[in-house]
Amino acid sequence: MGKLHLEVVTPEKVMVSQDVDIVVAPGSLGEFGILEGHVPFLSGIVPGELRYTSDSQTERLVVTTGFAEVSENRVSVLVDAAERAAEIDVERARRALERAKERLARQREVGDVDFLRAEAALKRAIVRIRVAEKKT
Amino acid sequence: MATLRDILRKIGAVKKTRQITRAMNMVAAAKLRGAQTRMEGFEPYARKFSEVLGNLASRIEPDVHPLLVKQDSVARVELLHFTGDRGLCGSFNMNLITRGEKWAKEQEANGISVSLTTVGKKGMDYFRKRNYNLTESHVNLYGNVDISFINQMTNSFIGRYLSGEVGEVYMMYSHFVSMAKQEPTLVKLIPVEPPKAEPSEEASGGGAEYLCEPDPEGLLIELLPKHISVQIYNAFLQNETCEHAARMAAMDNASKNCNELVDSLTLVYNKARQAAITAELMDIVGGAEALKG
Repeated sequence: MGKLHLEVVTPEKVMVSQDVDIVVAPGSLGEFGILEGHVPFLSGIVPGELRYTSDSQTERLVVTTGFAEVSENRVSVLVDAAERAAEIDVERARRALERAKERLARQREVGDVDFLRAEAALKRAIVRIRVAEKKT
Repeated sequence: MATLRDILRKIGAVKKTRQITRAMNMVAAAKLRGAQTRMEGFEPYARKFSEVLGNLASRIEPDVHPLLVKQDSVARVELLHFTGDRGLCGSFNMNLITRGEKWAKEQEANGISVSLTTVGKKGMDYFRKRNYNLTESHVNLYGNVDISFINQMTNSFIGRYLSGEVGEVYMMYSHFVSMAKQEPTLVKLIPVEPPKAEPSEEASGGGAEYLCEPDPEGLLIELLPKHISVQIYNAFLQNETCEHAARMAAMDNASKNCNELVDSLTLVYNKARQAAITAELMDIVGGAEALKG
């Protein structure tokens, strides 16, 4: 099977840059998979799990919002933040989840920016916990 | 012999100042390394981003999104102005402030009112004192900016733009050219002028014909606010790096000046000491002569 080059880039650093066999990413219209020879493709990314397999080794990342670009066997994923599933601190994620829930309960009526932020934090926490727990 | 002791005290004081400026130099150097790594780490993201956006925007009608549309008459503009939080970094803050003020005066001369959003304590103090219209002021942000905060900032700009409160949004920050050179730079944030797609890149592969999910317009709506955030984030990192570089240079200069001062003061001290000894000798000799006589 042919290879394609995957790059996962966050504002802090380049998380992943390697040749892989397949990439599965959470697009804004649902999960999509990319194999070698895919047509040029552009998609939004929503918080979720990004998988890639290389030499039958599957790695899993948690990503937040961003977008992905595919062209000429290169997949570039640009997201606000990414984290390897193996490195997630479940305890911390749980605490973040609790915090976010609390804030949401308090601010449901206000409907300001903080509400949106809390909601985003909640979504992130849920995704992280879900992905982290799948591995065990 | 009060003068001798005075000089000695002065030398001590200058040496202590030198200690401080040296320490600040080293701290600035360490922080500069951190800031520079962050700046370089962000570069691939920013490059890829403008590549994709340029590509996308080149195939879309420019009036598809209100953020792309120029307004006919602008009565009010907003400037996002960056400075440092602290002083002791040479002319860094003042350069930014004078450029910013000059620009604001120009706008006002053209009948456009200006409101400011400042980042950094120095700018805030300056503009507040002179009764400029400050929309928001942020201090103590450098070193731990995260993208979600920037997104929030972007959203408030976009909100003010879409509601017609401001007609254009600009940003002024210090661009990091090299260790020795930092340049205040003015960038137009809104309306967005998408980066030009580079024709050399993948022109042969027909790279422009993307399959888009959701449609190109939908993607662009997601990407445009992000583009603004990316620019602001970049400004943050650049400005931070510049501040540390400027401080390092300023402190290096200060340490050098301290060295010179210590040298010249030591010379004065030695001369005074020698003069005192000579005078004393003359006294003794004179006394001995008098006894003999």
